[in-house]
Amino acid sequence: MNDALDVALRLLAVFVAFLLLPLLVGQTEHKVMAHMQGRLGPMYAGGFHGWAQLVADGVKFAQKEDVVPAGADRRVFQLAPAVALLPYLLVLLAVPIGPGDGAVGQVLDAGVFFVLAVMGVGVLGSLMAGWASANKFSLLGGLRTAAQLLAYELPMLLAAASVAMAAGTVSLPGILDSFHWWWVPWQITGAFVFFVAGLAELQRPPFDMPVADSEIIFGAYTEYTGLRFALFLLAEYAGIVVLCGLTTVLFLGGWHGPWGADGLGWLWTLLKTAVLAFVVIWLRVTYPRLREDQLQKLSWTLLVPLSLAQIALTGVVKVVIQ
Amino acid sequence: MTPALTTAAATAAATPTAADGHGFLSPSGVEIAFLLVGLVTLGAALVTVTTRQLVHAALWLVVALGGLAVEYLLLTAEFIAWVQVLIYVGSVVVLLLFGLMLTKAPIGRSPDADSGNRWAALTVAVAAAAALVWVVVDAFRTTWIDLDGAAAGSTRVTGASLFRNWVLPFEALSVLLLAALVGAIVLSRKAKATTTAPAAAAATPETPATSPSPAAPAADGTPGAKEGAR
Repeated sequence: MNDALDVALRLLAVFVAFLLLPLLVGQTEHKVMAHMQGRLGPMYAGGFHGWAQLVADGVKFAQKEDVVPAGADRRVFQLAPAVALLPYLLVLLAVPIGPGDGAVGQVLDAGVFFVLAVMGVGVLGSLMAGWASANKFSLLGGLRTAAQLLAYELPMLLAAASVAMAAGTVSLPGILDSFHWWWVPWQITGAFVFFVAGLAELQRPPFDMPVADSEIIFGAYTEYTGLRFALFLLAEYAGIVVLCGLTTVLFLGGWHGPWGADGLGWLWTLLKTAVLAFVVIWLRVTYPRLREDQLQKLSWTLLVPLSLAQIALTGVVKVVIQ
Repeated sequence: MTPALTTAAATAAATPTAADGHGFLSPSGVEIAFLLVGLVTLGAALVTVTTRQLVHAALWLVVALGGLAVEYLLLTAEFIAWVQVLIYVGSVVVLLLFGLMLTKAPIGRSPDADSGNRWAALTVAVAAAAALVWVVVDAFRTTWIDLDGAAAGSTRVTGASLFRNWVLPFEALSVLLLAALVGAIVLSRKAKATTTAPAAAAATPETPATSPSPAAPAADGTPGAKEGAR
């Protein structure tokens, strides 16, 4: 009974984090983008600096009519948002927030593989949406999504493999346990590759070719309305949380910090994740969209060689220090 | 076996979280879950090869492959399970869907999707399945996995057995993959060369005086061919 209660509490905590953190990132994006563009952003909803804007948006989405185009493949069209959103919830289950077994939803032996595998499944949602909408812009968006995923999955995997090599384990808490501060400069190339490839997998600017509004309206999500559209948006922000959390855990030492790692480790994790999420928003405001060929070129001619070099470096250093 | 199954059915019905595997289910409960997931996997695989809707076939394939991953999980082979999801669901099916979208797979039935080899395919499939089942059953008749003890298929165990006992097959497989990679590059380069050659040949009689113009597409074609090969 005690075990069951423990598991239920963990699941509940992960679920609450899954509901809260993406909204926080979304609100931060509203405000940070606004201030970077010399305006205020939402100011009215909720009173204090428009903190309830996303809640209001949610209410608005819930009231809208749920439209399925006549020519669409109904079931696939309706299933797609769930396929896009649920994997990120599962990934969040495996991300350790503090030291020890108590601060992670579920300790997994092959955690790195689990998170990367499940994150890849999320993209199936975009592909299903793109095909099932019976809209040529959606189809183009789906095609671009698939091409982007195929190009960026490899460098992401290689960068994660480099950390796993350094730690000698593929379990996320295990990687954190064997972390030392000098891993940050050692694995910095891998961190860059992982973060950039993750951004591309999330289709965040500057890699938002699949949803380029000036060319293909909103890509795979063009035909979606109401709650289903909101679920896709939520998936994007949940993806930011997951990507930043994973980069923190794999490359920036997670709960390790200059002081107070034992009691306040979870604060370090959240702080590093928040800084990375700020960088994600910053990039959106700063960089122009990459063209499709530039996207592919960046992955195959820059990120893949860089990640291979990082693996070689990791191997050499690993042998030398043994 | 049968009374054990029936008693376990009651416990398994109360605890549907089979993938958890930390003291939730009795061993026979895991067996029940294994059977049920196996049935779902088999059903999804059958739908995959019989449905007339191309993209639905690909999506049912996802269910079948995912079910297989759950089976691995139930046998405590966690590493294999996640690699299965990563490679097959995350990459192979995405590639498949990419191909289907590129050829504009229609929504609804495609009547021309049936090649007419239905019975030959069925014979080959049944024969292959029978051979595989027979070999596996014969080989592992007396092998039991202790589901309560330490995970028999953890990453450490899998890695150790792969690189101690099975290094030669592993290396042979990597050579095979390398050969496939080189073959793909050769094929794509050849296809590029045959498409650019007639274009250059057609351009030369029209403009015999200006020699740079037919040379320009050829010079453009070389880096393009390299990119296509990757």
